[in-house]
Amino acid sequence: MPTIVVEVMPKAELLDPQGKAVAGALARTGHSGYTGVRVGKRFELTVDGPVDDALRASVKQIAEEILSNQVIEDVVGIHYEVTNIELAEEAVEAASVTDEGFGAPAGETH
Amino acid sequence: MRIGVITFPGSLDDRDAQRAVRLAGGEPVALWHGSHDLEGVDALILPGGFSYGDYLRCGAIASLSPIMTEVVAAANAGMPVLGICNGFQMLTEAGLLEGGLIRNDHGSFICRDQVLSVENASTAWTAEFEAGQQITIPLKNGEGGFIASDETLDRLEGEGRVVFRYVDVNPNGSLRDIAGISNERGNVVGLMPHPEHAVEPGFGPDTPAAMRSGVDGLGFFTSVVKRALVEA
Repeated sequence: MPTIVVEVMPKAELLDPQGKAVAGALARTGHSGYTGVRVGKRFELTVDGPVDDALRASVKQIAEEILSNQVIEDVVGIHYEVTNIELAEEAVEAASVTDEGFGAPAGETH
Repeated sequence: MRIGVITFPGSLDDRDAQRAVRLAGGEPVALWHGSHDLEGVDALILPGGFSYGDYLRCGAIASLSPIMTEVVAAANAGMPVLGICNGFQMLTEAGLLEGGLIRNDHGSFICRDQVLSVENASTAWTAEFEAGQQITIPLKNGEGGFIASDETLDRLEGEGRVVFRYVDVNPNGSLRDIAGISNERGNVVGLMPHPEHAVEPGFGPDTPAAMRSGVDGLGFFTSVVKRALVEA
């Protein structure tokens, strides 16, 4: 079952009050040397079907229109992750079929 | 004048908004987020609260509610729409108003009686005020910092679409002290402070005259009710 990871961060030029509060806590607890902390969001979406172009287009749209608000946030990463078992199965299939169009390899980043 | 007040899961101030409409001489109509029916109302209020527990982003999930399809269409057709606090956040998430609201710059929830300057007294919801008039209504939010790009801020100011500014204190880090804005047409207004909590003597902010006697919020609702009477 492929997992799609979408990462969203507050825009770099904006004050991030959450990050500021965490940075303050680090300093108070003696963890010096950290000049900044910023807090973002990680979404994990799972799908049953294959990772194809239609799914990628759908994920991009969801990420930009629902999972983030482009006024205040940026989508900084969309990753497609598949399990080792699925990778092994794909390798077997790839060996027996010449056609292209399998799911994305693990860790592919856009 | 029938004014719809939409209740979303997690709305808190829907009843207060209904009461404010009644005190202003209008007829409040309770509407439900899951419906596609505006029930023929003449104006709409998106009330304050914490719809969907502020999950994802404040107002984001509510802005995708079934009824928002009709709200966006009605707003674009000129119906007066007022978004208060969480309702303001929904209007920005729905794209009816520009900019966005982020966590207060000091990181804390704030609740205080807030002085505002009415910068634009010609919108559907501010016609009862004078331009430059100062009013005091309650403010209560954790994520009320208004932000937008410099270009958008310049345009909002240039077009007179900054409707309210914070006076004396900027309570949440809002850029250019902006407390509320309108769309180009002036029928859609959103603000973080709560006019519906300052509509009846005994329950509003303190004034020099008496404790809790402030009713500066009533003008929001009488503005839209009286405009309807003029147009009728």
